[in-house]
Amino acid sequence: MTAENKRNEAMMPDIPDEKFTIIGIDENAGEVLARKRISYWQDAWRRFRENKIALVAAVILIVMIFFIIFGPMISGYEFEEIDNTAINQGPSAKHWFGTDNLGRDLFARVWQAGRVSLIIGLVGAFVASIVGSIYGGIAAYFGGVVDDIMMRIVEILLSVPYLLIVILISVITDSKSLGTMLVALTLTGWCGIARIVRGQMLQLKSQEFVLAANALGVSPIRIILKHMIPNTMSLIIVAITFDIPGYIFSEAFLSYVGLGIQAPQTSWGALCAAAQQNFMFYPYQLLFPGIMIALTMLSFTLLGDGLRDALDPKQRK
Amino acid sequence: MEEKMGKAPNSEYILEAVDLCKYFKAGRKQYVKAVDHVNIRMRHGETLGLVGESGCGKTTTGRTMIRLYEPTSGKILFEGQDISKLKGKELLHFKKNVQIIFQDPYASLDPRMTIGEIISEGMDVHMKLSEEEKEKRVNDLLRKVGLNTEYANRFAHELSGGQRQRIGIARALAVEPKFIVCDEPISALDVSIQAQVVNLLMKLQREMGLTYLFISHDLSMIQHISDRVGVMYLGSIVELAPEKTIYSASKHPYTQALISAIPVADPEADTEKDRIKLEGEVPSPLNPPSGCKFRTRCRYATERCAAEAPVLREVEPDHFVACHLCE
Repeated sequence: MTAENKRNEAMMPDIPDEKFTIIGIDENAGEVLARKRISYWQDAWRRFRENKIALVAAVILIVMIFFIIFGPMISGYEFEEIDNTAINQGPSAKHWFGTDNLGRDLFARVWQAGRVSLIIGLVGAFVASIVGSIYGGIAAYFGGVVDDIMMRIVEILLSVPYLLIVILISVITDSKSLGTMLVALTLTGWCGIARIVRGQMLQLKSQEFVLAANALGVSPIRIILKHMIPNTMSLIIVAITFDIPGYIFSEAFLSYVGLGIQAPQTSWGALCAAAQQNFMFYPYQLLFPGIMIALTMLSFTLLGDGLRDALDPKQRK
Repeated sequence: MEEKMGKAPNSEYILEAVDLCKYFKAGRKQYVKAVDHVNIRMRHGETLGLVGESGCGKTTTGRTMIRLYEPTSGKILFEGQDISKLKGKELLHFKKNVQIIFQDPYASLDPRMTIGEIISEGMDVHMKLSEEEKEKRVNDLLRKVGLNTEYANRFAHELSGGQRQRIGIARALAVEPKFIVCDEPISALDVSIQAQVVNLLMKLQREMGLTYLFISHDLSMIQHISDRVGVMYLGSIVELAPEKTIYSASKHPYTQALISAIPVADPEADTEKDRIKLEGEVPSPLNPPSGCKFRTRCRYATERCAAEAPVLREVEPDHFVACHLCE
């Protein structure tokens, strides 16, 4: 017993041992966790909700998709229905967005056109990201010479102007349908995502948690499924949302210059092209499809922005 | 390899690196000799500290010894058996016995997995456990490393650096390894947390009879935790001796310089201390000097040092030095 202990004892009044009882310790009493347990996606949703701009963009998109699906029915007109008695009429109670130079109801046509534009946007972005992810993933996984060759191919493809490819394909297949355009646009469209995925996977490959899984003896397939893909997922989702407006715009542009959707089918770009001839006299014919293109692109971009912040757990405040 | 792993007669050493080399390709016909003919013998239950400047190959040595990197040449013996060529099931069995704890507690845990999933990852590979058994083991491990069992459902980013490092330790312990490479496990942590983690590691070693290869550049911490210390310079071991010998009777000029650089808490004693200052920078590992790699910065260097590379030899019992001066 040290001197210090003796001193302490001297200062203490006599307390009999019986007065002490062992009450034990509650192992969880030390730290009480204040925050409720939430999953990754719940957490992402919580962060997304806080971003009001992205939320508004999402609501706008939902409303637009609703009209794109049900709009043509609501209007009460067929989108190809020609009415010679109602040519170039301005917006009215009868024709909400007016009519075009053949007397077709623009409200029905705008939403019908939206179907084409949105299908191209969604399908194009999905196909491109699936192809791109697989390609980029393979390049990153094997690395070395395989990676070099695969990435050089991507660079060559990216250097070819897509307009040239579209013209070539429509000449070769002799058609200007939705399918042809999708093929033409996705043919080079996947390159961007392939690069993003490759970059992310290369970075992940050298991360210590992948090394740790390696040290534990986890098989390569499991490492890819459990570590690489989940950690790339948010990046791919964000890339898709940013890609969709790109496809919508490309389609609009191609249809505008006459390489895209042909009459009587229509798309926003084709509507704009048709309206442009009479723009001085009937500006509303250009206004409505123009607003739709702008609104969709803006909403998808803002949504992508919000998703990027929400899906990154490190951004958590 | 006639005998199956695990049935091997226990050798005196748990893990041995024999003439181990790991070269990384750096451009055409150029190699970085990150690990160059390293010989280390780890005894059962000891802690071997590995020190050296940044980029001297400490981490690569540790990672190559547990086959995280493929060795370029040389042998690795685990309990007396060569494991450097193992594949498939036998390699998997070896990996269960050796684990690693990483430096960066932020990069070493998958941000998409819950703590429970992270810790049970190794169990899924090596043990066939039911969900309840797994949960019980995860909770046991969490308690063992001093964490609340509540954390099993949390994500890594909800935890502090010290807590994350404890998770890293729990993950390594989950597969019941015999040997753990501690790759600078404390250098990314706050000083007050460093002590906690080191004490935890020492406690676990006592309880479970673990063997550590403790990599660090913190000489005071190495002195505290190690039984023996190895000093590395440019991919080679220059001196390997019991901790007391290294800190009081080192023979290699590089070790002497390192030891003299340890700061002393007393300012008066600190100024009086005879500090050996090394001149110049560490030579590029792409183009190391001929002969003894340390000769360009060594104040005792002679012509012989440039012509002939010294080998690691036992100058006194259990004291290995690679220097011509010590013959």
